[in-house]
Amino acid sequence: MNHPWRNSSRLITFLVIYVFASLCLADEEFNVNVKQLAGAKLRALPVIVAKLESSGERALPLLRAMLDGALYYRKSDKRIVAAYRTGTGDFRLDDLLQGLDLKVASKREIKKIVVNNRLRGQIRKIIARITLTSKERVVRELAVDNMLNDLNKANIALLRAVRQSEKDGDILSKLDMAIALDDLKHNDSRQIRLAAIDIIDGRLQPVVLNTLNSLLDMDAEGTPVENDEEVRKRALAAREFIELKISFYEVLQRIFYGLSLGSILLLIATGLAITFGVMGVINMAHGELIMLGAYTAYVVQLLLPGSIEYSILVAIPLAFTVSGLCGILIERYVIRYLRGRPLETLLATFGISLILQQTVRSVFSPLNRQVISPSWLSGSLEINPVFSLTYNRLYILAFAIIVLLCLQLVLKKTKLGLQVRAVSQNRAMARSMGVRTERVDALTFGLGAGVAGVAGVALSQLTNVGPNLGQAYIVDSFMVVVFGGVGNLWGTMVGGFTLGIANKFLEPMTGPVLANIFVLIFIILFIQKRPSGLFPQRGRATE
Amino acid sequence: MMHHNREVARGDNFQKNGRIFLIVLFGVTIYASFCNLLVPDDSIFHVSTYTITLLGKYLCFALLALSVDVVWGYCGILSLGHGAFFALGGYTMGMYLMRQIGERGVYGHPILPDFMVFLNWKELPWFWYGFDSFGFAMLMTLVVPSVLAFVFGWLAFRSRVTGVYLSIITQAMTYALMLAFFRNEMGFGGNNGLTDFKDILGFDLQSDKTRVALFCLSAVALAMAYLLSQLILQSRYGRVVLAIRDAEPRTRSIGFKTENYKVSLFVYSAALAAIAGALYVPQVGIINPGEFSPLNSIEIVVWVSVGGRATLYGAVAGAVLVNYAKTKFTAEFPDEWLFALGALFVGTTVLLPKGLRGLFDGKQWRNLRRGVEKKIT
Repeated sequence: MNHPWRNSSRLITFLVIYVFASLCLADEEFNVNVKQLAGAKLRALPVIVAKLESSGERALPLLRAMLDGALYYRKSDKRIVAAYRTGTGDFRLDDLLQGLDLKVASKREIKKIVVNNRLRGQIRKIIARITLTSKERVVRELAVDNMLNDLNKANIALLRAVRQSEKDGDILSKLDMAIALDDLKHNDSRQIRLAAIDIIDGRLQPVVLNTLNSLLDMDAEGTPVENDEEVRKRALAAREFIELKISFYEVLQRIFYGLSLGSILLLIATGLAITFGVMGVINMAHGELIMLGAYTAYVVQLLLPGSIEYSILVAIPLAFTVSGLCGILIERYVIRYLRGRPLETLLATFGISLILQQTVRSVFSPLNRQVISPSWLSGSLEINPVFSLTYNRLYILAFAIIVLLCLQLVLKKTKLGLQVRAVSQNRAMARSMGVRTERVDALTFGLGAGVAGVAGVALSQLTNVGPNLGQAYIVDSFMVVVFGGVGNLWGTMVGGFTLGIANKFLEPMTGPVLANIFVLIFIILFIQKRPSGLFPQRGRATE
Repeated sequence: MMHHNREVARGDNFQKNGRIFLIVLFGVTIYASFCNLLVPDDSIFHVSTYTITLLGKYLCFALLALSVDVVWGYCGILSLGHGAFFALGGYTMGMYLMRQIGERGVYGHPILPDFMVFLNWKELPWFWYGFDSFGFAMLMTLVVPSVLAFVFGWLAFRSRVTGVYLSIITQAMTYALMLAFFRNEMGFGGNNGLTDFKDILGFDLQSDKTRVALFCLSAVALAMAYLLSQLILQSRYGRVVLAIRDAEPRTRSIGFKTENYKVSLFVYSAALAAIAGALYVPQVGIINPGEFSPLNSIEIVVWVSVGGRATLYGAVAGAVLVNYAKTKFTAEFPDEWLFALGALFVGTTVLLPKGLRGLFDGKQWRNLRRGVEKKIT
């Protein structure tokens, strides 16, 4: 009697063996096909390449290399490799099948597998078919996106075929759009063309707008490309809608850039809002304290070469400490002697900034250094084809606000903050109440300097780090503080964001340099109208 | 902090210092010119043309320092933007010299300067008209910076922007101008500025005689500016200016329109700076937007504070000394100059609040002595 279990276990065994064998066979077949490439005649290549398609995604790297004309075989063992010319004229070999490191070879050791245009077309088609039917959703979507830029007859036929089997909603919608674009151009039925316009209505991909534009154009004889009145009307409406949508998202994008610039201005000005705003000390070395922070990030990266991902997190507290200590030294040894003489303070701190700059130049060389961004800071959040947010700018925006909040917390909720405010409001009174004003001065200045260092770490993610980094920002940061109102952190925030957004909205009209100049002129005029900024301090503390 | 200035209070002292200064200036100028033109090259007394040009440069800087001292030392207006007036004066002179090149430029265009041909411009922009005439160019040297100073000062002083705020917005002004002049579209040669000058009023700029003449002119301009500033500061007007420096609210409540005094002094000072710039450009042979950089303007302030502010001869001495040190330093240790300059900033403000002049008036030594006595007892 046959036990049912036995039966099924036999079946399973059979299945396992079958699958394994077919895999092995497929593997075997793929390798055989690949081997045939070596030394094959150009005439024979199309057949071999066609056979490769059955191997699916495994063949992709090979096909792509072939398309780029980088496919070679090694003369010694007829191994198929991808080869890329190095700076020295040799070739770096890349084993496409097993991922072995084959090192470099001279030109004589390898031979190119030559392809012609017809073959390239075939390869492209095969790659498209393989990727369009890939199991990975991301691969499929990317394939469709790529094909949107090149909607020729062959591609459309492929997309139509894939449309039958695709299940994913997003990809389906893109496929529908591609097919609709083709219908719009080539289909004779008015009904279908109208339906196609409905499908593409409101899509922001550049290809949609281009298709609509060419549809509404006149041809050489002056007759419209689209002869149907109704379709033309609908297309016109669709184009207007898309353009409206694009301009809306462009405004959003500009606001984002403005906020991003504003967040940078805010970061660099926050430290100054403490030293200048709260203490009333003009610190012209503020930019150089920012630079020190940026160099700290660079040094941390040199010291921790294996962990680029986290080194920036180490750099933030370290930069705070380095710049903060430097600030305390400046306060103890220079600024203390110049209290109540703001113009002299300005000059002395400017001298310090020169010394710091030259020190950095002597230690690190005058060349710019690059701080590598961790991977979680690169890339962007793509909301639609015309509106995307880069992660580093998003993070810096968040970071700037966090720093500001922390500082506000320190000033409002800690004992040090209380003392700082007391000293800034009435030094003599604070002193007679037992506040050690000298110590508070040093700590306050250190706090402001430390925040400058933290700003430097953030800047190192956006620009190269060089000895002149600080100089570029000193005028801007003073402008933000003065514009927002001295001694007011919220004012600094509003000031930073306002100036950032104003700058980015002026830019398309005037270009970046003129925008900068106009903003400066605006602030100069603004200060004359309201000398104490947007949010002036009120009360007895203000003279 | 209250300022006292005996020199001004006692006019005779002011005049005595002025006389010594003028005699020294006159002597050096005559000696250097004579030794350059008449003493043969191989004599040890010969002064090279390089030295003459260098001295001429120092005199221009001295005039520039004088202009800053007039507003900062005597009226308490710390301008961090005087480099802008200097550069504007330089540009007006540069435009005249550019037009004088004529067909001798690289591209040989009869009217357009080289950089415009290079940028494919077809005709001269309107603001270049008239600069082929020396008189017009010199008029513009005075008018353009003065108008800028007037507009800026009128806006700033009328709304009572003072102290550090004023310093920062003057810095923003020169920074904005620097950004603007770096643009090619502005029509002033962009990055490279104006250069390759050939001659001035028909005299070859490379010849020794022209160099000496420019040097002597710089000396004359400095002397005249010195005397004029002395005259102005000693007058009733000058006393009001001093009162504004020491106690502006009080001066205002007595009934003086302080902003009018400040604006007019600011314009006068800007004009002096512009003249310095116009004399500087033919001697060094180039003017570019780098002259607008905020660092340059702050350096001027250091010259003044090294020499001692509120004394005209102190500003001149400071400018010459610091620039001499700069020439020497940058030749011997190019990297260390910024260290030295930075140390000068910190040192003079912390240790020598009255500048080098303070070393000679005895008060500092008395303070030191008092300190020593305190320590002992």
